[in-house]
Amino acid sequence: MAMLEINDLKVKYGVIPALKGLTFHVDEGEIVALIGANGAGKTTTLHAISAIVDKSGGTISFNGKNITNEKAYKIVGMGIAHVQEGRGIFSEMTVLENLMIGAYLRKDKADIQADLKQVYSLFPRLEERKAQNAGTLSGGEQQMLSIGRALMAKPRMLLLDEPSMGLAPVVVEDIFRTIRKLNKELHMTILLVEQNAQMTLHVVNRAYIMENGKIVHSGTAKELRENDEIRKTYLGL
Amino acid sequence: MMQKIKKIKKPLAVIGILFLLLFPVIITSSYYLHVMILAGIYVVLSLSLNLITGYTGQLCLGHAAFFGIGAYAGALLMVNVHMNFFFALICSFIISGIFGLLLGIPALRLRGDYLAIVTLGFGEIVHLVFVNWTELTNGPMGIRSIPGPSLFGIELDGNQEFYYLILIITALVLFLLNRLVNSGFGMAMQTIKADEIAAESIGIYPVKYKLIAFILSSGLAGLAGCFYASYISYISPTTFVYNTSVTILAMVVLGGLGSLTGSVIGGVVLTLLPEVLRSISDYRMIFFGALMIIMMIFKPEGFWGVSKRVKNIYKIKAGGAQNERDYESR
Repeated sequence: MAMLEINDLKVKYGVIPALKGLTFHVDEGEIVALIGANGAGKTTTLHAISAIVDKSGGTISFNGKNITNEKAYKIVGMGIAHVQEGRGIFSEMTVLENLMIGAYLRKDKADIQADLKQVYSLFPRLEERKAQNAGTLSGGEQQMLSIGRALMAKPRMLLLDEPSMGLAPVVVEDIFRTIRKLNKELHMTILLVEQNAQMTLHVVNRAYIMENGKIVHSGTAKELRENDEIRKTYLGL
Repeated sequence: MMQKIKKIKKPLAVIGILFLLLFPVIITSSYYLHVMILAGIYVVLSLSLNLITGYTGQLCLGHAAFFGIGAYAGALLMVNVHMNFFFALICSFIISGIFGLLLGIPALRLRGDYLAIVTLGFGEIVHLVFVNWTELTNGPMGIRSIPGPSLFGIELDGNQEFYYLILIITALVLFLLNRLVNSGFGMAMQTIKADEIAAESIGIYPVKYKLIAFILSSGLAGLAGCFYASYISYISPTTFVYNTSVTILAMVVLGGLGSLTGSVIGGVVLTLLPEVLRSISDYRMIFFGALMIIMMIFKPEGFWGVSKRVKNIYKIKAGGAQNERDYESR
């Protein structure tokens, strides 16, 4: 059974439709990507899942439970952590405080320490800089912090919004390596939104290609990599 | 330099507390005592406003309304029902808090400028109610002969007693707010100030925290109002006007948004300054305005925002040095 199931999802900004009926699913343990150009509706999809924007139609269910009408702050408690585009870290707080606030909803104090250790082992950089203000981190480190903070909520599924945005290629590789590690070693289910199709299709299991608020292609990463049309349009080959 | 400050911090604090405790003994002039008591009231007001504006990031331009509601509630209870001062203090806290809740529920859906306009309007409405509801508030004539505090039949209405009372109240408020802002709750408030959507996406429900901050903030302002009414023994609508709201906001901003120490300094400085400048009273407002402009240009983070900044810069340097070593060892 699919972990996240989205059926005919519609979102409008005013009168302008941003998502025109999206249907897709993510199975447990998968990494799935939404790929598309600017304005395709990728970020809106993630925002709709975590209830930051209002939906005008369709349903979203998570682990068989209908979460279409839940409030944003409740979604996190259910196990979906959203790593925002542009990172959304709290720059006036220290790295450690940022991580701990990610575990704000949790009551299991002992496990929180264990998870903190785990985040530090994923991102040793964060441990080195735990006392520093988050605003003083480099872009890549902020992205790591943002992912680390989401992991502190002990989610069952991670929504990643353009983790490669504005980062140097070598840092992007690093981030993608971590994403794969998260999936392989911690069995985290991940829904990834990306413009960097080349890199993404080497990391994910499956992908959906979006255009103007609709899904135009879907398939396993291998299928998509070998599809001529997609090679031309998205991979520039 | 930071280490030096850290070293002398403790003795400085001890001297400061001793000075505050012995102030009425050393300086017997009732004028100075009066100014200090007023400063105490304004410190409580600016501390309470800092909670909502400085820590939670919601601009409120109607704080004087809550100050006034507390003052009127306390005064009416003490004059009409002959309630004991200390009970009235608690009641005015609760009543102001309720008004804070009632305003907060609709208003906190708004952000930034819009919230500022709503609270500004609320301040004006409350002022007009004070002026026009003559049956209850005695209109522009105000309420006279408000009794002072008494405990077990002992009257405590001398200036010295008032001084120690406000000192205790201020210390308690400072202690409680310090605990609050350094707790998980305080951290949640600050995430809302920094980025509401990011806060929501880690499971913090902004409305809840904003509302609690708002209720607490207005309640504390009401408490200060009740004390003020009892101390001055006369209140009229002219005290609780827009000007007062702005003065309190200026104390918070000048002291440093999101700094309790800043609020204390801001409250004291902005109460003392007009008194110090009394000798050149014709030019007082010019001086006052100039100070504000100079502060905003050279120290926009307020008097006490600085300590935070210095600490950060210090840490950036430390991090940077570590960084270089990292690269060398590779």
